[in-house]
Amino acid sequence: MTFDPPAPTNTPDFPVIKHVGIDGLIVSFAPQLTDTANRAAIAFGDAVRACNWDAVSEVSSTLVSTYVGFDPLAISHVELTGRLASLLQSQDWSQAPMNTTRKRWHVPTVFGTDLAPQLDEAAAMAGLSVEAAIASICAQPVRVQTVGFAPGQPYLGTLPPAWDIPRQTTLTPKVPQGALVVAIRQLVLFSVAAPTGWRHIGQTNFPLFRPDREPPFLLGTGDEVQFVPVDPDTLERTSDDPMGGATCEELTS
Amino acid sequence: MTTQAQSALIVHSISPGASIQDAGRPHLRNMGISRGGAMDWLALCEGAALLDHPAPLNALEMSGAGGTFEASCDTVIALSGAPMVAQLDGVTLAWNASHLLRAGARLYLGKSLGGSFSYLSVRGGFAEPMTLGAQSAHFAAGLGRHIRAGDRLTIAPQENTASIARIAGRGLRVSDRFQGGVCRIVESFQSDMFSPQTRARFCDTVFRRNPRANRMGARLDFDGARFEHNCEHSIVSDVVRGGDIQIAGDGTPYALLAESQTTGGYPRIGTVIPSDLPKLVQTPANGSIRFQFVDLETALLAESASRAQVKKLRASCHPIVRSPHDIADLLAYQLISGVTAGRELEEDDE
Repeated sequence: MTFDPPAPTNTPDFPVIKHVGIDGLIVSFAPQLTDTANRAAIAFGDAVRACNWDAVSEVSSTLVSTYVGFDPLAISHVELTGRLASLLQSQDWSQAPMNTTRKRWHVPTVFGTDLAPQLDEAAAMAGLSVEAAIASICAQPVRVQTVGFAPGQPYLGTLPPAWDIPRQTTLTPKVPQGALVVAIRQLVLFSVAAPTGWRHIGQTNFPLFRPDREPPFLLGTGDEVQFVPVDPDTLERTSDDPMGGATCEELTS
Repeated sequence: MTTQAQSALIVHSISPGASIQDAGRPHLRNMGISRGGAMDWLALCEGAALLDHPAPLNALEMSGAGGTFEASCDTVIALSGAPMVAQLDGVTLAWNASHLLRAGARLYLGKSLGGSFSYLSVRGGFAEPMTLGAQSAHFAAGLGRHIRAGDRLTIAPQENTASIARIAGRGLRVSDRFQGGVCRIVESFQSDMFSPQTRARFCDTVFRRNPRANRMGARLDFDGARFEHNCEHSIVSDVVRGGDIQIAGDGTPYALLAESQTTGGYPRIGTVIPSDLPKLVQTPANGSIRFQFVDLETALLAESASRAQVKKLRASCHPIVRSPHDIADLLAYQLISGVTAGRELEEDDE
């Protein structure tokens, strides 16, 4: 069963509400990642969370969707779908402010060198010089579009169109924790060492997941990250810092 | 220096991959951590019921084979999930039952006799540290540890032996969910990326659980043409749920389980209903699985029945030596699943 509310949008079939298993609903704002759909998914997720509905057990937002987990024996699919549809229609979510307490992090980053060996290759694919590629990544803060796949791991964007470069056809066996990788106008910062098909262009000491510390997760969906180019010696001096040299400011939306 | 000896379960030997599991972490998806927790949630509940716990605590989860254990004080244990050869000082123990484990006695859990995940629970639970709201190891998230030979697993302080002994010697009749079979699935938000013909063929196909399955997921092997989705554009990465059946790039289905990733870009053809997840995860290596689509109404009725059954588990426990009726059933069940009949059963047959 799907439900198509007449919400303000330029894509005729979106937003759309669909079932996920027996105990989830998903509100999707676009068939493909766009910045407006991502903003809408984050803002709508914040709004659903703020409703504090009893039977709703979790709310999370992915790149273009808001996921709502609930107890289907405590509230019916029809009832919850209706509530979500009403909320959808109450405003244009692509224009809505993201009303969580958001932060902007400034993260020291080594671009290229032995620490991040695929900068040259990625810059060439983007049609940029290495200097222009670094300037482009650092020209503005990027938003955490979603956290997922691995603990505390952010997908960041949206980068300028030049960065619409594909993933590699083969996996890099392992990039280290703190690696900054790029593909399809997005950046990912790795919370753990892992294999990846994305190109490794930068290296940070930013600790995204610290299970034994408070807070255990430094980045949440909607936060912003400003990458700050540093040389390898400067980064090395941050290796003992619990924040990896990163600093943070509160954002008000 | 004096130390107060804590009550503990001493691990003399253990097969690889064992870990402490509880109900997991249901509220961290937004931070990239899937629920995790016991692969067979029902078995965790059965162990708790056998120990007269009002709610599931935690248990030692083992896969394929068990180990040798000793308690530092008198305690009561429960054995649930995939049946294993079980002996206490050489005497065969009933599975799906609780037993008094006296200080110094040797508990031996051998090969599993069907199924995939077995559980050893103790009265009061293991006193493992709490991380991010749970005691479960979550290997995909780097939380917790594998239990190894030489470990001393601290257990909750035990009541006196007389008062815990009344909890021992209880059994539970358990439906056989350890041989694979038919798992019911519901359509999910990406099911319409597959044609009705593809979905029908999916349900007509007998899959085999790949032996290399782990807590994240299981590849489902099959004979025949690859399964294809009909999406012309690339699929944007979206929410993943435990029980999702994902069709990977090579056209092979994967069942995504407790420690799956939280988001993924491969489309999901459907989601196994929660009450059939125990059967899915307990399907042994190379065991056969088929899928059957059911509508939401049917799935919700099954969920309601399943929750009612879990609520009744404590009341359903029965003495394993006193009632000839129950003994007969237990014996029948054990013969079916290939477990050697316990000594207490032989005595009762006299």
